[in-house]
Amino acid sequence: MASVPAQASVVVVGAGIVGNSLVHHLAELGWTDIVQIDKGPLPNPGGSTGHASNFIFPVDHSREITDLTLDSMRQYKELGVFTESGGFEVARTEERMEELRRRMASARAWGIESSLVTPAEVAEKVPFVDPEAILGAFWTPTVGVVDSVRAGTMMRESAEAKGALTVSPNTEVTGIDVRDGQIAAVYTTKGEVATNRILIACGVWSPRIAAMAGAAIPLTPAVHQMISVGPVPQLAERPGEISFPIVRDMDTFCYERQHGSDMEIGSYAHRPILHDPDEIPSIEAAKLSPTEMPFTEDDFDPQLEQAVELMPEVLSNPDVEIRYAINGLLSLTPDGAPILGESPQVKGLWSAAAVWVKEGPGVGRAVAEWMTHGLPEIDVQGADIARFHSHQRTREHVRARTSEAFNKTYGIVHPGEQWASDRDVRRSPMWHREADLGAVFFEAGGWERPQWYQSNAGLLEEFGDAVMDRSAEWDSRWWSPIINAEHLAMRQRAGLVDLSSFVIFDIFGPAALDAVQHIALAQMDVAIGRVVYTPILDENGGFRSDLTIMRLAHDRFRVVTGAAHGMVDLKWFADRLPDTGAQIADLTSSWTTIGLWGPRARDILGGLTSSDVSHEAFKFGTARTIEIGSLEVLASRISYVGDLGWELYVPMESGLKLWDALMDTGHAHGLLPVGLGVYGTTGRIEKGYRAFGTELDSERSVVEVGMSRPKVKSQDFVGRAAHLRHREEDPKTVLCSLTVDDHTSAGGEKRYMLGGEPIVSADGDPLIDGHGRHSYVTSAGSAPSLGKHVLMAFLPPAEAVLGNRLQVVYMEEFYPVTVASVDSTPLFDPDNECIRR
Amino acid sequence: MNILVCIKRVPDIAGSVTLDATGTGIDESGLGHTMSSHEECAVELAIQTAAQAGGTVTVLTLGPAEAVEQLRAAVAVGANDGILVEAADPSVFAPEDIAQVIGDVIRDRAEAGQTFDLVLTGDDAADTGDFQVGIRLAYDLGYPVLTNIQTISVGGAAGGGGERGSGRIEARGIGPVGTEIFSLDLPAVVAVHEGGVDPRYPSITGRMKAKKAQVVEYDAPVPGMGSPRLRLELPEVKASSVTILGEGPEAAPALVDVLEEIGVIRP
Repeated sequence: MASVPAQASVVVVGAGIVGNSLVHHLAELGWTDIVQIDKGPLPNPGGSTGHASNFIFPVDHSREITDLTLDSMRQYKELGVFTESGGFEVARTEERMEELRRRMASARAWGIESSLVTPAEVAEKVPFVDPEAILGAFWTPTVGVVDSVRAGTMMRESAEAKGALTVSPNTEVTGIDVRDGQIAAVYTTKGEVATNRILIACGVWSPRIAAMAGAAIPLTPAVHQMISVGPVPQLAERPGEISFPIVRDMDTFCYERQHGSDMEIGSYAHRPILHDPDEIPSIEAAKLSPTEMPFTEDDFDPQLEQAVELMPEVLSNPDVEIRYAINGLLSLTPDGAPILGESPQVKGLWSAAAVWVKEGPGVGRAVAEWMTHGLPEIDVQGADIARFHSHQRTREHVRARTSEAFNKTYGIVHPGEQWASDRDVRRSPMWHREADLGAVFFEAGGWERPQWYQSNAGLLEEFGDAVMDRSAEWDSRWWSPIINAEHLAMRQRAGLVDLSSFVIFDIFGPAALDAVQHIALAQMDVAIGRVVYTPILDENGGFRSDLTIMRLAHDRFRVVTGAAHGMVDLKWFADRLPDTGAQIADLTSSWTTIGLWGPRARDILGGLTSSDVSHEAFKFGTARTIEIGSLEVLASRISYVGDLGWELYVPMESGLKLWDALMDTGHAHGLLPVGLGVYGTTGRIEKGYRAFGTELDSERSVVEVGMSRPKVKSQDFVGRAAHLRHREEDPKTVLCSLTVDDHTSAGGEKRYMLGGEPIVSADGDPLIDGHGRHSYVTSAGSAPSLGKHVLMAFLPPAEAVLGNRLQVVYMEEFYPVTVASVDSTPLFDPDNECIRR
Repeated sequence: MNILVCIKRVPDIAGSVTLDATGTGIDESGLGHTMSSHEECAVELAIQTAAQAGGTVTVLTLGPAEAVEQLRAAVAVGANDGILVEAADPSVFAPEDIAQVIGDVIRDRAEAGQTFDLVLTGDDAADTGDFQVGIRLAYDLGYPVLTNIQTISVGGAAGGGGERGSGRIEARGIGPVGTEIFSLDLPAVVAVHEGGVDPRYPSITGRMKAKKAQVVEYDAPVPGMGSPRLRLELPEVKASSVTILGEGPEAAPALVDVLEEIGVIRP
């Protein structure tokens, strides 16, 4: 029996589309001594690629996924395995038509040609669709099908031809050796490979392989049912694999896709059927392949009638037989995103899992670049394996969230939609007080966070029309005018915000200063007690994060960042510490944070402490420990809402006592609890504060987001050279704030954009910046202090002119907007007097 | 001509088989279920015969509640209705018990006005291979029985016993020395062997009809355990080996040799 090589630069596990694409791109980037193994035979080892339906619809609401799909389509075309068929997403309900209008917004925002068409236009291209069954459709001419097995074979063979790769099929991983937290060897049924990197790209089996090294890849194998019927005379008349457009029947969660003379019908409508990786049958025991599990008819039966409604002529033909039916396995993750990158749990353990055929080659390239240069060209930070908080790696969390998400695969998902399952995992010490006040909890990183408080409903009367209520159901779903009322109350009096979800970690030790100085753009050699807000850049000068760092001692710095991205930040810092002299400790669960802001904040805090909290004695951008009753409180005078105030840090167990003290003393000053709706949206957007993941990403520079400072520190830091270069160049794009001039739709209703909508010229032409990106709304929200709805968007520099009149497209209607800020100058309180009073 | 086809829910096995903890059955975890392939052919024969003679096809199974899936699968390809004799654990029924249960159901249905001229079974079940139920059922009913039958046609020459009232069929099967042809008076029991007909796939409309098909349900009695099974044993797995004959046109002579050796082509 052939044995595997004794040594490898990397062992790639899996020879599906992802593993094959990875070995190709690694070889292209100069890697040698790559070993690729798969427990199955080649070219189809029996994983999900082998039974994939292989069609690609490029438009997704996620920009990251769309970027990966477009790159994959380009690669498939280069390999000559892409056949363009065009594709329809058909609507049977008015609610779905509205969703298709949102689809159009994404198509325009990502620059993909699409259009809305009538039932007759669908029937013209697909004559066996009953136009009476539908109201309309979303047409994308560039939809196509690929041969993913052939593509993978060609990519694998290209790496072999370079002499960079040894492939070992029919070889199973039996164990992984981890030494001092680092991958040391991979044991297989054909021998041992010494290596310090393993790249797990084996889809539904990935968790099982990662577990051998003590790491988690939190995905679950889940069933997607598919049948193939034929022979269909209408299809057999035309040559080739596909000559009719693919039809996604969105309201029944099904698709119909021609495959030669057969019609494939796939479903996401059945109950979630999840499996454990260990339950998947072996190759020997499987009837078809391990991932083509026995079909459960009862689950599919309801879909048959719906399919016949759409294509009666073809599917009610008694000679058209169900010739193939499977419960096909695919990978689902708790948040729907792929799982890419190096595990935060084991050095050298890389994941490229939960990837669909439509993203495979793009993911292969991105992860190969990541392993080679530390950075992929396409920003895939939303898919970083380091993003998971510990509870999100558990089997129960994965099971709960994927069960909830499965039927949303073709669903209509509101951008603000909250999860219903596996809630109440992390509660702040103030949770019961908040619940008593009627807090409406939204979740981030497992934390339950008040978005607004029903107890503040009385404010609606006080502020009247200034709360900018929304009449359209979609615009007001997962939203309340109470948010805007809380905002106005905070601006007039004071608001208290539960910020317990902050991810907090300390860097300490004799080399701590050197470490943070090297990682942060801002000058970190500051006086003890200074609080520094800083971008964190990658080597290309793109954003990895933006966060605050407090210098607590000569040798201790405290990093405070958001719940959504904090775990990735933690790994970014940990990976860049020197070998000795600096350590990192995650203190997220040690500290709770309460934000106190508004013109009365000083009166309230001053009434609780004997410390001098005057403007002169407690300057903006500083932190110090003060006493509030018997509590030592770390008070930090900064603001993400643009008002006077402090973030107050106390040990988690003392949070409730501090909250009660603040509420008691604050009562006389009109203090109210305010939700994250104010902190995350209204407060920040009228101040023009950028958020990571929406405005800030690895593609745009510090200059382009309007955040460059007069000077650059002399000390070296990650991304410095690129940042210096960016400062010399003309920006390719400019982050602007825009105000909506008229909200009235054709139907006479006032509409409010939620984010993701395209920005076009006054003539309706697309705007394209120097990166080739179409302009779209990165964040949208009420600015109650201004009485305006504010949109943030990157515009081509020529369009980034104050007063420039443009349009936003919402639900396929055009609304006039005006450019109101072309740098980080806030629309509200441009001189920051509120913060510095 | 009304036909009853007796089918059994069995695990859908491809390659390797593992036994359950008791050693008397197959470990079915991760496996789908189907009916035995002899029975698939029996269903197909029944549908064709009923179409030829006019009449209905009813499918019967003794099994767990889930066995209704196999009944509906038969309806999806053309059977009319089903009878489920529910037994949570059918493995405790010996072939003699099963024959007894089916016989009782047939008599009960007759009292309800539903009679069967022809009762089909598979020769033996794919999982247990007892080869007994058809013969024991015929004995219980007092009907003639044929086994190893592959095709059936309606009518045919009169047999030695003369007309018995409900028609006659001609049945063909493979005997020790060639094709055996029988002329059989009905009612009768016929055990079918696969290979004579191609079972059809269901159509979508067939499947939709199956969903709504009528299934009469009986509770199985406590079995008497006549002739019980002691245990199953797995045959020894023979190691397989692969010989590469060569590559390209040069490999052709070696391939010809192999094909001659295994009898695919004649020297």
